[in-house]
Amino acid sequence: MSGAVAIVLVAMLGGAIRVSTPFMFVALGECLTEKSGRVNLGQEGTLVLGAMVGYAISYHTGSPWVGVFAAGLAGSALGAMHGAICRLPRVNDVAVGIAMMLFGTGVAFFFGKPYIQPTAPRLGSIPFGAFSDNANLRSALDVNPLFFVGIVIALAMAWAFRNTRWGLTVRTVGDSAAAARAMGISVDLVRFLATAGGGFLAGIGGAFLSLSYPGSWNQGLSSGQGLMAVALVIFARWSPLRCVLAALLFGGAGAIGPALQSVGVTQGYYFFNAAPYILTLVIMIATSSATRSARDMPGELSMVK
Amino acid sequence: MPEGATAADGMSASASPPAGETAMGEFARRLRTNSEYFAIPLFALIVAAMLFSLFLLTIGKSPVDFVSYVWRGGFGSAFSFQNTLQRSAPLILSALAVAIPARIGLIMIGGEGALVLGGFAAAAVATPLVGALPPLPTLAIMFVVAALVGAVWVGIAGYLRYARGVNETIASLLLTYIGVAIMNFFVEGALRDITNPNKPSTKPIGEAYMVGKIPGTEVHWGFAVGIALAVVLHLLMTRTTFGFAARITGGNFRAALAQGLPVGKIIVACAMIAGACAGIAGFYEVAAIQGRANASLAAGYGFTGILVSFLARHNPLAIVPVAILFGGLVASGGLIQRRMEMPDATVLVLQGLIFIVLLVSDTLYGRFAFFRAGEQKERT
Repeated sequence: MSGAVAIVLVAMLGGAIRVSTPFMFVALGECLTEKSGRVNLGQEGTLVLGAMVGYAISYHTGSPWVGVFAAGLAGSALGAMHGAICRLPRVNDVAVGIAMMLFGTGVAFFFGKPYIQPTAPRLGSIPFGAFSDNANLRSALDVNPLFFVGIVIALAMAWAFRNTRWGLTVRTVGDSAAAARAMGISVDLVRFLATAGGGFLAGIGGAFLSLSYPGSWNQGLSSGQGLMAVALVIFARWSPLRCVLAALLFGGAGAIGPALQSVGVTQGYYFFNAAPYILTLVIMIATSSATRSARDMPGELSMVK
Repeated sequence: MPEGATAADGMSASASPPAGETAMGEFARRLRTNSEYFAIPLFALIVAAMLFSLFLLTIGKSPVDFVSYVWRGGFGSAFSFQNTLQRSAPLILSALAVAIPARIGLIMIGGEGALVLGGFAAAAVATPLVGALPPLPTLAIMFVVAALVGAVWVGIAGYLRYARGVNETIASLLLTYIGVAIMNFFVEGALRDITNPNKPSTKPIGEAYMVGKIPGTEVHWGFAVGIALAVVLHLLMTRTTFGFAARITGGNFRAALAQGLPVGKIIVACAMIAGACAGIAGFYEVAAIQGRANASLAAGYGFTGILVSFLARHNPLAIVPVAILFGGLVASGGLIQRRMEMPDATVLVLQGLIFIVLLVSDTLYGRFAFFRAGEQKERT
């Protein structure tokens, strides 16, 4: 019995690391965008498009890392579109996000059809579990380098927000557009760049889905991870480091189902599939308030009252 | 609004109303002002169609072929047009599920989840009733249950919005994923029809218990019910005190609170009406089309409904023609796929494109002097 529990826990740890990586990238990207005072709900579409482009480019060039970069570019293209549209007066950024979600998914499915069958070269992993004889532990500790890239980006972002002129500029634009204008900052330009940059990161998150875990391209690859990551940013109170922790938490929740399956518990499979969504909703309920703004929220953000 | 302001922002030379204003002139002026809400979405549709044609040309397909297949597959013959109307029924209902909350300023996109759960609940409640009760009461119970389940489902998002300030857009979409998971849980488990090895489904409700067609057509009653609901909800939102209170809540939340309006109840009620509409859509998908609940309930009607509602500017009456247009597009999807050898996601690309262009066109309102000509009169 305790053996089974250990297997589940180890599988959950490995799963948490694997499942959390796309969450982390999307959340970091969205964190950057929201710090500038804009919400991009279209990250779900960005994630799916990134997954498709990453897979396709990896297939054609033979290099998964070129695929990752291309996925980032595709993501930033979608982000740039969102950023350019939302600068127009009387255009609602939440609604544009929904439209981008549909559009990104549609484009990805359209061009992704020929890539469902062929196998593209995947990203390799670093075998941290090599010391152990335990096969479960070894497979759990095969960590994709992108996971560490994400953590480095989170650290860099946290540092940059506090200590650099760029970070200050983004925060000012996000907290008070009027103050930023008075300082001679082009609010629209900063938001445009922040949304495009956020799209780049989300695209990389998508490439992780198709090139590492689950590691293939199909139309059911992402089901709401991009959206949950947006909710996760609220929970992480717009801090890149807390985004990483929140992503790990979500990864753990998402790994419960497969981990239980690995020891033969198949009952409630769909319930455990739904666990991350339920967790997101519960977290949103717990962290929101009808009367106060969320803590540490950028002042210009329209999404959360 | 003083004279000078109008003259300054709009070059509207003809704006000043003559003293002996006729009823006809007043009508023409109103028509002119309101035509903005028709002309700009239409313009957006045309621009989106042009962009999509460019897209088709760059991948080496013919836009003319595309249009002709949409025509043939969706509108060209009595058969295809009835198919279109059939498919527009869930679109009308799930667009209403977006439009009603939009009237109070909430962007709720949980129609797909309420549709799936409503349809599933209808099928689940039918399982013990089939054979025990005659068809008509069974269908009535299924209808009510589907509407109630849908209402509760989207109502949750409305309640969370009011009581906890939870973002309703994200919450309603999360509830959609949860709803689909709940249906899959039961359909693959406790309520699975074990005699059907192919696709996990609930037990079929049986031919005798299916909803019939509108006499003289091949279109099921869901279409008529959709139109009736659109009319009723239009009247509710424009002609009743509830609709008035809802419009105030949407226009200025704080003012509504200060007035002592029951803001919380209004928000939850609008969310529940929305959910009920989507649940009813699910009922007709089960009781008139599929005959059972399974994964094909999540066919994306709820998501297309979002676009339909935005294109109709959240006006329940305008939703009907827009839903028929998109019903035709959905109906011709198969034909386009086969004849033009394009993936089924083509329709998704077109919808996304229309949605984006439409939202961009929101920036055009108030920029044309032509539509402003009658405004001065209305403002006094």
